[in-house]
Amino acid sequence: MNADVRAMKTPAEQALSAAFAAARGKLPGKGAVTALRDDAFRRFDASGLPHRRIEEWKYTDLRALMREAKPLAEPAKATGVVPALPGVEASRIAVVNGRFEPSWSNFNTSDSGITLTELFAFAAEPTNYRLGDVPGKDDTAFWLNTAFMTGGVALRVKKSASNHKPVHIAHLFAGDAAAAMYPRCVVIVEPGAQLTLIESFDGPGVLDYQINSALELIIGNGARVNHIKVGNDGGAALRLSTLGVTVGANATYNDFAFTTGGAVVRNQAFVRFDGEGTVAAIGGATLVRGRRHVDNTLVIEHAAGGCTSRERFRAVLDGQSHSIFQGKIIVNPHAQKTDAKMASHALLLSDEAEAVNKPELEIFADDVQCGHGATAGALDSALKFYLMSRGIPEKQAEALLIQAFVGEAIEEIAHEGVREAIMQAAVSWLDARG
Amino acid sequence: MAFLEVRNLHVEVEDKNILNGLTLSVEKGQVVAIMGPNGSGKSTLAYVLAGKDDYKVTEGDVLLNGESALEMAPDERAARGVFLAFQYPVEVPGVATMTFLRTALNAQRKTRGEPEVTTPEFMKLVRDTASHLGISQEMLRRAVNVGFSGGEKKRNEILQMAVLQPQLAVLDETDSGLDIDALKIVADGVNRLRSPARAIVVITHYQRLLNYIVPDAVHVLAKGRVVKSGGKELALELEAKGYSQFQDEAA
Repeated sequence: MNADVRAMKTPAEQALSAAFAAARGKLPGKGAVTALRDDAFRRFDASGLPHRRIEEWKYTDLRALMREAKPLAEPAKATGVVPALPGVEASRIAVVNGRFEPSWSNFNTSDSGITLTELFAFAAEPTNYRLGDVPGKDDTAFWLNTAFMTGGVALRVKKSASNHKPVHIAHLFAGDAAAAMYPRCVVIVEPGAQLTLIESFDGPGVLDYQINSALELIIGNGARVNHIKVGNDGGAALRLSTLGVTVGANATYNDFAFTTGGAVVRNQAFVRFDGEGTVAAIGGATLVRGRRHVDNTLVIEHAAGGCTSRERFRAVLDGQSHSIFQGKIIVNPHAQKTDAKMASHALLLSDEAEAVNKPELEIFADDVQCGHGATAGALDSALKFYLMSRGIPEKQAEALLIQAFVGEAIEEIAHEGVREAIMQAAVSWLDARG
Repeated sequence: MAFLEVRNLHVEVEDKNILNGLTLSVEKGQVVAIMGPNGSGKSTLAYVLAGKDDYKVTEGDVLLNGESALEMAPDERAARGVFLAFQYPVEVPGVATMTFLRTALNAQRKTRGEPEVTTPEFMKLVRDTASHLGISQEMLRRAVNVGFSGGEKKRNEILQMAVLQPQLAVLDETDSGLDIDALKIVADGVNRLRSPARAIVVITHYQRLLNYIVPDAVHVLAKGRVVKSGGKELALELEAKGYSQFQDEAA
């Protein structure tokens, strides 16, 4: 008898199996890509959707939160525009319904230092790049993305690139019935190159669409990268986003995840420092209300010594919302002189909101500086009284304090225009609080 | 009519009586000193005037310009001209001093139905006042009170008071923790705000501050009520004899 037999498949798992069987021959990509898909789906099928007894997914029980699997999204019918970040001039790459849509994009291709290729065209090119071979490749959500990859882009930035305008990969669901999409993007920032990369997620507020995205981000030696993810999904959407990053030596890497949208959102980042002397700041801000559930999960591996990483996350929760922060810092045995500090703070605006902070340190080197801190609490009544005693009405005093709280995280965004746009989005969220 | 009238005020904090029938009136143009030993209810009076929660008024009333203030939220009282200089000003991380001042001033003006302050007007007001108080431009850019020394925090309170131009200023032990130089700067700042249009209540343990801010009247508080009133010479008498006589009287 097989002792590993697992519980009966859920309707969502059955639907995923049926969808894969039906789509397998039609999904884009040949040869190696098909083999990748098969292998990924086999691994998914053996484990099923992660649930609360799987430690990494303990607080985002997908078996419970993902009741059904939506059909794969059809390509967008018409052309249109993707949302931009106000006040930020960027080269936009539109990924609509999970596929690269050149006609929705306004990407400047005149710069020979930047090349943009459709994902499956990139996969068919003879290169040394092995698709999917990034930190995070053993995660269930990533397997699903690999199995169903619907499209995306590969972007390569060379040191010679002269255009330093931000590149914006705008994910949009533009369908009129709920569907699922699995975009995959690859961004390679070559040694000494620089890039500000915005990734945004938008979709209609009423449809319970599902998006499982993955980004492979390869940062070369001495490269400078800002990556800002803006989660502005519709209020019924389920989004799982995996970010797999490798960072070379002496690089500067700033990553920020800003989330206000979606019913269930998981931003998971797997980052590995492969070379010495890199400085990284990985942060995020989450503003949620209603019954929304936002999970930021982070696994940072210091595989090389002498790197500095700062992980700073802040969450503001209203209504019956949930915010999860899981942060694991791993320091490998030879990664001496690692300096890693993680902090996660949650501000609870209602008695029914719930914040989970789970910091973990796994340190195998002996000459390191590592630490973490976590708090969760309500607005400080002494601060509120101080502001009100100066004539500031209660709601405005609260808004000012909340803005200050979340602003301390947003300030970490290195790109000024993006920082201002995100701050403005946070203020709009607060204004909607009334 | 007095701008501030406190009538037979009884206040409980966590089921403990702190004020027991306090009566006091302060007119515009007056500087009134409230003195008294620890635990006599001085700071409670300050907080109750400003409208802090957790203070339960069981009897009596507080009138501002003839209207009961007890049901007014702290921001409403501020818009009607009440200002409390805190004994322990709090740090407000992430809110720049300039933003804070401007937000407060405009919020008060809005409540009073007045137009917002213009930027040049506001900048001039803050710069002039700040320079008198020895507050640098760098401090104004920093978050409110964050990383400020005790003296800097007290000066910042006076700056706020000067910008907000209250009709009733209550200074709760503004002298505590100040060295003599800082005390002079703060007292000068307060004296500049003395005006026929403004009532000032100075709460203090010690007579020292009153050498610099000379009061028109002195009230001694003990066990939650006024036990003796007099002119500025009363402060000197207290300095010489201490408070023990009043604590016995009140008991």
